Amino acid sequence: MRNERMLRLQRVLRRLLGNILLAALLVFLLFPFYWTFVTSIKPEKELYASVVTYWPKAPTFTSYTRLFTEYNFLKPMLNSLLVAFFTTVISLTVSLLAAYAFSRYRFRGRKFFMTLFLTNNMFPTVLLLIPLFAIMRKAGILYTPTALILSYTTFTIPFSIWLLNGYLDDLPRSLEEAAMVDGANRAQAFLKIIFPMLVPCIIATGAYVFMTAWNEYTFAVMFTNERNRTIPVALKNFIGQLGVEWGMLTAGGIITIIPVCILFFFAQKRLVEGLTAGAVKG
Amino acid sequence: MLLAPALATILAVVFIPVINAVLMSFQNYDLRRPSQIRFIGLGNYIAVFKDPLFWQALLKTVIWVSAGVGFQFVFGFMLALLLNRHFFGRGFFRSISLIPWVTPGVLIGLMWRWIFDGNYGVLNDLLSKLGLIENNIPFLAQQSTAFPAVILTIIWQGIPFFALMLLAGLQGIPEELYDAADVDGASLIQRFFMVTVPSLKNTIFITTMLRIIWVANSVDVIFNLTEGGPAYSTQTLSVYVFNKGNALNLGYASTMAILLALALSSVAIPYLKKLFKSQEEAL
Repeated sequence: MRNERMLRLQRVLRRLLGNILLAALLVFLLFPFYWTFVTSIKPEKELYASVVTYWPKAPTFTSYTRLFTEYNFLKPMLNSLLVAFFTTVISLTVSLLAAYAFSRYRFRGRKFFMTLFLTNNMFPTVLLLIPLFAIMRKAGILYTPTALILSYTTFTIPFSIWLLNGYLDDLPRSLEEAAMVDGANRAQAFLKIIFPMLVPCIIATGAYVFMTAWNEYTFAVMFTNERNRTIPVALKNFIGQLGVEWGMLTAGGIITIIPVCILFFFAQKRLVEGLTAGAVKG
Repeated sequence: MLLAPALATILAVVFIPVINAVLMSFQNYDLRRPSQIRFIGLGNYIAVFKDPLFWQALLKTVIWVSAGVGFQFVFGFMLALLLNRHFFGRGFFRSISLIPWVTPGVLIGLMWRWIFDGNYGVLNDLLSKLGLIENNIPFLAQQSTAFPAVILTIIWQGIPFFALMLLAGLQGIPEELYDAADVDGASLIQRFFMVTVPSLKNTIFITTMLRIIWVANSVDVIFNLTEGGPAYSTQTLSVYVFNKGNALNLGYASTMAILLALALSSVAIPYLKKLFKSQEEAL
């Protein structure tokens, strides 16, 4: 009896400890956003007051209205969305095929190609920037979204291949072999067995690609002009010669994060659904 | 044949520029003096090796990567395990804990710059309210605190990446493995090291390696926090390359970028060898 009570107590304590840890981590991860939001609704006077306030005495949304009227922030948002969407679709299609080949076939040059895809990520993006600029200009696609999408796929495809390859390697190959013994061909085995199990990982990878494209700054600043610049470039524009416009910048930051959060909330749901439906349950 | 589309894209947009960069590293390619561009052999490489700032940046990069990725991994794994438990509002907490990772690097740098601010920064206010400091610390303006501050920022940014990837991997572990461990009377810690870690081996391998490369190459966070200053105290190699590139000394920048890539390969190749070996064993 006593032993059982001890065990239960232990379990409750463990749970409590876990929750405290989780809470601490979440506070650390989320406080900067709270602070960004609070800054965005503070009137200028309070922003640079000698006393730091944790909730503005007179909250105001002038920064937000100025963002859309004065700065036309909707335009960079749509540009970012377009670029990120196409980058994701292209990268996932291409790299799923490649990752499957790497994981399930053994062919000559396999190691070489895998290493090739990886080393490509070792080059600092700044290094690719200048030569790519010249190439895009020659091809006549500089200052179009295509230039950005193309240059983003250069680092999202290798990344996706590696991530998906890792997930595929963790899936036992006996699963599809069983299906092939039952008369399915390789394509069927892939679509019916591997693909459904891989959905959570594809979503995770796709989310990664989308965010990379959504957030990228260095290429965006070089390959776009006023008409098709993306969010990070637009944000950076709030830093003027005289200093940072913290009110505008934080408001722009909050606006940037909101659509992504909504998107993520749904991706998260899909993730869990895919997991419970497709996971290996024996 | 499945590889063809990937290969074509990468060849067209990566390898031509890389070859270009290699060529530039053998020239005194300085766009401020375009008329004087010519081949100088190993001139840039010799200059780089004699540059004390290069060695300092290299050391900074090692610290930046090991401290950054190390803590990201530990806290990310912790977060993944904590979020993998069953509790009310799990989906919601999973979503919100990922937000740092979906935030543009520019914004991260600027957000934390505002938090670290010496006059109006909230961190100073919090620390003085807790009685830990008496006078405000200009975290990003003094050499002793600037580097820890940028490392803290990169840790903050990378925790969700590990959490997401490991969480996805955790779902693939068959329940029976845990049941079997329970039958054998394994403790929680034993379960973790005997079941969880081995099952996630490949995922851990690949995520840490990708992250090492990514963090070593990242420019935007440091650049938007400190631009490498004060007095080069936060200038990692990639930031140094970026600064030189900004100054249009492309030959010198390319040389350092190539050296950085070589250094990263020397880390990645043992990794790769091990990975290939474990794949062959799985066959």
